[in-house]
Amino acid sequence: MIEDLSNGTTGPRGKLAVRGLDVFYRVEKPKKGQPGENQALKAVDLDVGVNEVLALIGPSGCGKSTFLRVLNRMNDTVPGARVAGSVTLDGEEILAPKYDVVGLRRRVGMVFQRPVAFPKSIFDNVAYGLRAHGLSEKRELEWRVQQALTRAALWDEVKDRLDANGLGLSGGQAQRLCIARALAVEPEVLLMDEPTSALDPIATAKLEELIAELREELTIVIVTHSMQQAGRVSQRTAFFYMGSLVEVGTTRDVFTRPREPRTEDYISGRFG
Amino acid sequence: MSTVTQLEATPVARKAGRAASFRRKSPAWHGLAEWGIRATALLAIAAIVLIFVFILKEALPILFDTHVRGEVSLMKMWLPQAWDGGPARFSWQPASEVPKYSLMPLVAGSLKVTLIALVISAPIAILAAVYTASIAPRRVREVLKPVVELLAGVPSVVLGVFALIVAGTWLQKLFGFEHRLNAVLAGCALSVTIVPLIFTIAEDAITAVPRDYVDASLALGATKMHTILRVVVPAAVPGIAAGIVLGFGRAIGETMIVVIASGNAALLDATLGHSTRTITATIAQEMGETVHGSPHYVVLFVLGATLLAFTFVTNLGAQRIVEHFRKKRGGT
Repeated sequence: MIEDLSNGTTGPRGKLAVRGLDVFYRVEKPKKGQPGENQALKAVDLDVGVNEVLALIGPSGCGKSTFLRVLNRMNDTVPGARVAGSVTLDGEEILAPKYDVVGLRRRVGMVFQRPVAFPKSIFDNVAYGLRAHGLSEKRELEWRVQQALTRAALWDEVKDRLDANGLGLSGGQAQRLCIARALAVEPEVLLMDEPTSALDPIATAKLEELIAELREELTIVIVTHSMQQAGRVSQRTAFFYMGSLVEVGTTRDVFTRPREPRTEDYISGRFG
Repeated sequence: MSTVTQLEATPVARKAGRAASFRRKSPAWHGLAEWGIRATALLAIAAIVLIFVFILKEALPILFDTHVRGEVSLMKMWLPQAWDGGPARFSWQPASEVPKYSLMPLVAGSLKVTLIALVISAPIAILAAVYTASIAPRRVREVLKPVVELLAGVPSVVLGVFALIVAGTWLQKLFGFEHRLNAVLAGCALSVTIVPLIFTIAEDAITAVPRDYVDASLALGATKMHTILRVVVPAAVPGIAAGIVLGFGRAIGETMIVVIASGNAALLDATLGHSTRTITATIAQEMGETVHGSPHYVVLFVLGATLLAFTFVTNLGAQRIVEHFRKKRGGT
């Protein structure tokens, strides 16, 4: 229950534990006197509990997307990015250099800001991750694709046109397709980077409903610019500012009685 | 603050009649420049149209001129003919006592050399493009791309002479070809000129694949190689196809290399190691020896028109293919 989470730093049962996380990005052409690196995250400690929705809020450039991308090591794809500290998934260190990143991303899925359907059929889009992991048995694929589309609340809309191109879907449908694609590989954690920022209000409402349902089965970390959305979908909220984690607690506490004045200023719309 | 002041000041300025200074008429040279740009564009189109007109005008006597028709007709050029009582065959012997103008050996020769060149160059160019665009580190990429493109600047006569003097012997020793100068040799030399063309277009197409696709694929736990093969390259297929077709057009129109390296015997057979004569090499070598307006002269222009039709149709086909893929992808 939400009330039980009064100690904000740790969730009910730790899924992900982040300790002393620093992230640096290389500055392409540093000016004189400017350091060659930009620190995007400074000593962040944060836990994510099982089956909870954790919302990350904060002004643009505060490091919340960077934090999200560390959790499935998508920052590896950014040239010149450097990560220090510790992130554990079920107690296992995922920042270790030899850690199986491909396996990690299978357990920790991600949905991006802009819905990206591959230029393939709807079926092939959802089956993409499964096939990438070597599943080729046709009936198994069909079953799993149907399951994933059903869980993403898209099955009824597309069941008659699974062969149609994924690019033909509307924005909201495409985003749910991306969620279905991520769910198909049965991740334990789903990271969402402003998943509704490209959607209209109705599609947004549908997606938020979906997030509430998915919470029963997996852990969700969602970056959002909308305070209302954080309030609607999350159990806990973390407020980032200038690369630091300012405050984390139950969503109700953070929004109604924030401990930090900066949190209050941001939430009440004084900046950001 | 200052924007607000300006906004407020605008109506005042207009009232004072000062608006004229902001809504000045465009100067006269703008119109002149626009006219000049339009004229240049029209000139380019006119040049293409005039080339068509010129070639057709020189080729048309094949249909209407009685003197020419006495010696050759379109039928005779395309269908097998029974010369001097023998069995019907295709033969290109324009200088013999009974001139024989069958197109077939030349068309087949052109296609043979061009296809060999494509079979060699397309895989190399596409693989190199995939490596350069998605696998190579940025430093390597920055060196590799201009170097491959530099290859396009090698004069074809240099390649031809290299094939004639050096590569011909190598290939003959390697494969035991009957003729030292043959279709494979010409195709190999040709492929050197097409690789940079296909490479450049394919590399651009692969680089243009949105970064989002790559991220989305990696985030699903796909490996880098799986991402390249299943997402990046398929998304770039229209561009790659366009590159191959342009390569085809460049190869079938290339003259100098085939004149030097193909052996130039107008044989109609499927043997790759035999000497071969192409349409372009025939025009280049025989045009200087014909009498203006003679049947031979007219036939050479028919050859030119045929070549033009080939490239025209392939380009049209390429556009169709690209269009088809675009629609399939649902993009614009």
